[in-house]
Amino acid sequence: MGAEDLLGVFSARLMKPSESVVSGHRACQGCGEVLAMRLIHKELGRNTIVCSATGCMEIISSSYPDTAWDVPWLHVAFENAAAVASGAEAAYKAMKRKKRFDPGKKVTFVGMGGDGGTADIGLQALSGALERGHDMIYVCYDNEAYMNTGIQRSSSTPLGAATTTSPAGKKSIGQKTWKKNITEIAAAHGIPYAATASPSYPFDLMEKARRAASTPGPCYLHVYACCPTGWRCASDLAIELGRLATQTCAFPIYEIFDGHKVRVNVKPERLRPLKDYLSSQGRFRHLDDETIGEVEARLRQWYERLLTREAQSGWDDESDGGQH
Amino acid sequence: MGKRIGMEASIAVAETVALCDVDVIAAYPITPQTHIVEHLSEIVADGELDAEFIPVESEHSAMSSCVGSSAAGARTFTATASQGLVLMHEINYIASALRLPIVMCVVDRSLSGPISIWNDHSDIMSERDTGWIQTFAENAQEAVDLTLHSFRVAEDLGVLLPVTFNLDGFILSHMIEPVILPEREEVERYLPNYEPKIRLDVDQPLTMGPVGVPAIYTEAKFAQEMALRDALPVIEKAWDEFEELFGRRYHPIETYRLEGADVALVTMGSIGETAMTYVDQARDAGIKVGLIRIRLWRPFPKKAFLEATKGIKGLAIVDRCASLGGVGGPVALELKGALYNQDHRPRVVEFQVGLGGRDVPVQDFDRMVQSTLAVIAGGPLPEPRFLQVRE
Repeated sequence: MGAEDLLGVFSARLMKPSESVVSGHRACQGCGEVLAMRLIHKELGRNTIVCSATGCMEIISSSYPDTAWDVPWLHVAFENAAAVASGAEAAYKAMKRKKRFDPGKKVTFVGMGGDGGTADIGLQALSGALERGHDMIYVCYDNEAYMNTGIQRSSSTPLGAATTTSPAGKKSIGQKTWKKNITEIAAAHGIPYAATASPSYPFDLMEKARRAASTPGPCYLHVYACCPTGWRCASDLAIELGRLATQTCAFPIYEIFDGHKVRVNVKPERLRPLKDYLSSQGRFRHLDDETIGEVEARLRQWYERLLTREAQSGWDDESDGGQH
Repeated sequence: MGKRIGMEASIAVAETVALCDVDVIAAYPITPQTHIVEHLSEIVADGELDAEFIPVESEHSAMSSCVGSSAAGARTFTATASQGLVLMHEINYIASALRLPIVMCVVDRSLSGPISIWNDHSDIMSERDTGWIQTFAENAQEAVDLTLHSFRVAEDLGVLLPVTFNLDGFILSHMIEPVILPEREEVERYLPNYEPKIRLDVDQPLTMGPVGVPAIYTEAKFAQEMALRDALPVIEKAWDEFEELFGRRYHPIETYRLEGADVALVTMGSIGETAMTYVDQARDAGIKVGLIRIRLWRPFPKKAFLEATKGIKGLAIVDRCASLGGVGGPVALELKGALYNQDHRPRVVEFQVGLGGRDVPVQDFDRMVQSTLAVIAGGPLPEPRFLQVRE
C-alpha cells in the first residue's frame, strides 16, 4: 500500500499510472462522462467488475470486436445494471464461502448507467439493489438527457433545457419539470454513502470512488458529466462548465453518510450568477431573464438547505478537513 | 436410490435444486411458483444449502441478477410463472445470447387479461424464440428428474445455454405425488461441479455483452442457432446416462400406444396423463388412437417427431395457448411447419383447449379424436378452434 492509498490523491503525480478504461474508445470530443469514468476506474483499480447499463458509455466502449475495458465488464440491458451487479456480487459471496474464489481477495462491484438508465428506466432495479444491501457501488453518469438516442429529455434534465423531446417553442420553455434528485433518493435508502461528484473536481471524484470502494454495503455516486453534443456547447468547455455548475449552485458537490449526515465538499467563496453557467450552452439560449432568475433562486435555496443540513450533521471542525 | 415418498411437486423441485448445490437463487414471488422459492429460502435459512438467496424486487431483476451471477461463474437458479416470465422476457434473450447456463423452473400459468392465476401454456409460448432449451414435465417425478437434467445439460461445456423446465401450475405444481428424490452421491455422480471456462474474473478481464454491429449480428445469431441444434445430442445423452443411474427413461418425443394408430393426439405437459387414460379407454373401444407427447420443445426434435408420425393419418394437436389473430396455436403451427415439406403428411386438426385453468377431461379428448377421425374419413377440416367455449 503506497502513500496514496493511505492519504488519497491530492496531486496529479500521485495518481495511479494504471488505466482500466483505455484510449481508443468512441466517445465524442470533449465528453465529460468518459473522463469521469476513466478517473473513477483509475482509482478503483484492477480488482473491479463492472456491470454497465445500455447508454453512451456502453456503446462507446464496447463495439465488437473492440473494447476499451481492461477489467471484467458486462453489459446486459438498459434498466437493470444495478440488478446485474447485485447478482455478480452475490455470486462472489457464495463462491468465496465455498472456497471457489480466494476469500481474502477484495473485488469491487460497480453498476453504472446514465441518467436515463438510472433516474428513469433503471430506478426500480437501483432501489432494489440499494435496499438489499449488496456490497457494490452504483455510478450514475448524469449528462442530463438521453444523449445516446439523440438528446431526449429525462427526469434528470434541468428545468428550462431544450432537448429533442422538450423543445423550446412559442409555448414552451423546454423542460418543464425540475431535475429529479437521485442522490437524495439513493440516500433515503439509508445506504452508508451517497455523493455527488464531477470530473471538474478530479481529486474529489477519485477520493469519493475510493471511499465508496472501501465502504461495505451499497454506495451511490452521482457524477455530473458535461455533454458538448447534447448541451450545444464547445467541446473544450467540459471542465469549465463543471466548475461553473458548482459555483452557480446548479450542481452542488456534497456527500451523505448513512442517509442523513451531509458534508458539502465544494463551497465557493462567492457564488456566481447562474447566467455564467447557462450562457455558453445552446440548450438554455432561449431562456429569458425572469425564468433564469426563478431557477437561480430555487437552486440557491437548495444549496442553503444543504449547508443547513451540514451544520446540523454534528461534524466537528477537525474532521471537516479535505475541503476544496 | 432414495425412498419413495409423498411430496408436493414444488417442494420436490426445491429439494432437488438444493441437492444440486446451487450458489445463487434470485427470485420474486408469483403464483403458482411461490412454493418453490419459499421452500428454497427456508432451506437456505436453515443452512442446509450454502447459497445466496436474492429476494429481488421484480422478475426483470430476478433474471438480470441471474445473468450477473451466472456470468460471474456461479450455479444459478430461478423460478417464475406467467406475468413474471413475460416481465423477464427481454432479459431471457440476452441470457441465452451470453451463453449462460441459468436454470429456470417455469410453473406454467395463463397471461392477463383478464388476470388469471390458473394453468395454461400462454406464458412459456411467449418464450419459444428466446434461445433457451425448454422441456416439459408431466408429473412430480419427472419434475425432479428434469431439474437434475437441466443443470447437467445447461452446464455441459458443449452446450452452455440456459434451460427452462416446465410444470403445469397448480394441477402439477401443487399436487402431492409419490416421488423418489435422488441421493446426494447420485447427484454428484450425475452432475459434476460447474467449472466455467470463461467468467467475470479480475485475473482474466473480458468484455461480455458488447455491441453487435451489422457485420457480426447475423453470425452471432447463427452461432446461437448452431448451439441449440448441437445441444440435442447432449440432451439425449444426458437422458441416456440418467437412465443408467436412475432407471427412468426420457426421450425428446415420447409416444404411447401408437402402434397401428390412425389418429395421434399431440400434447405437452401434465395433460398427457389424462390423454393416456383416454387412449386406454379408446383402444378398449376399438378406436385406433395413440399419443405423442412433446418432452423437448426447444430445440425442437423435428426428426423424432416426424419419425413418430409415420403411418399416422390424422393428428389432433392440443394447444394450451390462444395465439390470437393467427392461423393456429403455436404448437400446431410448429408441427405443421415440421410436416409441410414431407412426402407423407397426416391431416392436422388443432384444438386450443385448457385455457386459463379450464379442465380438459377424458371426454374432450374423445371429441378431438372423433373430429379428427371425421376429417381423415373425408369430412371438412374444421377451423382452428377453441374447443371448450360455452355457447
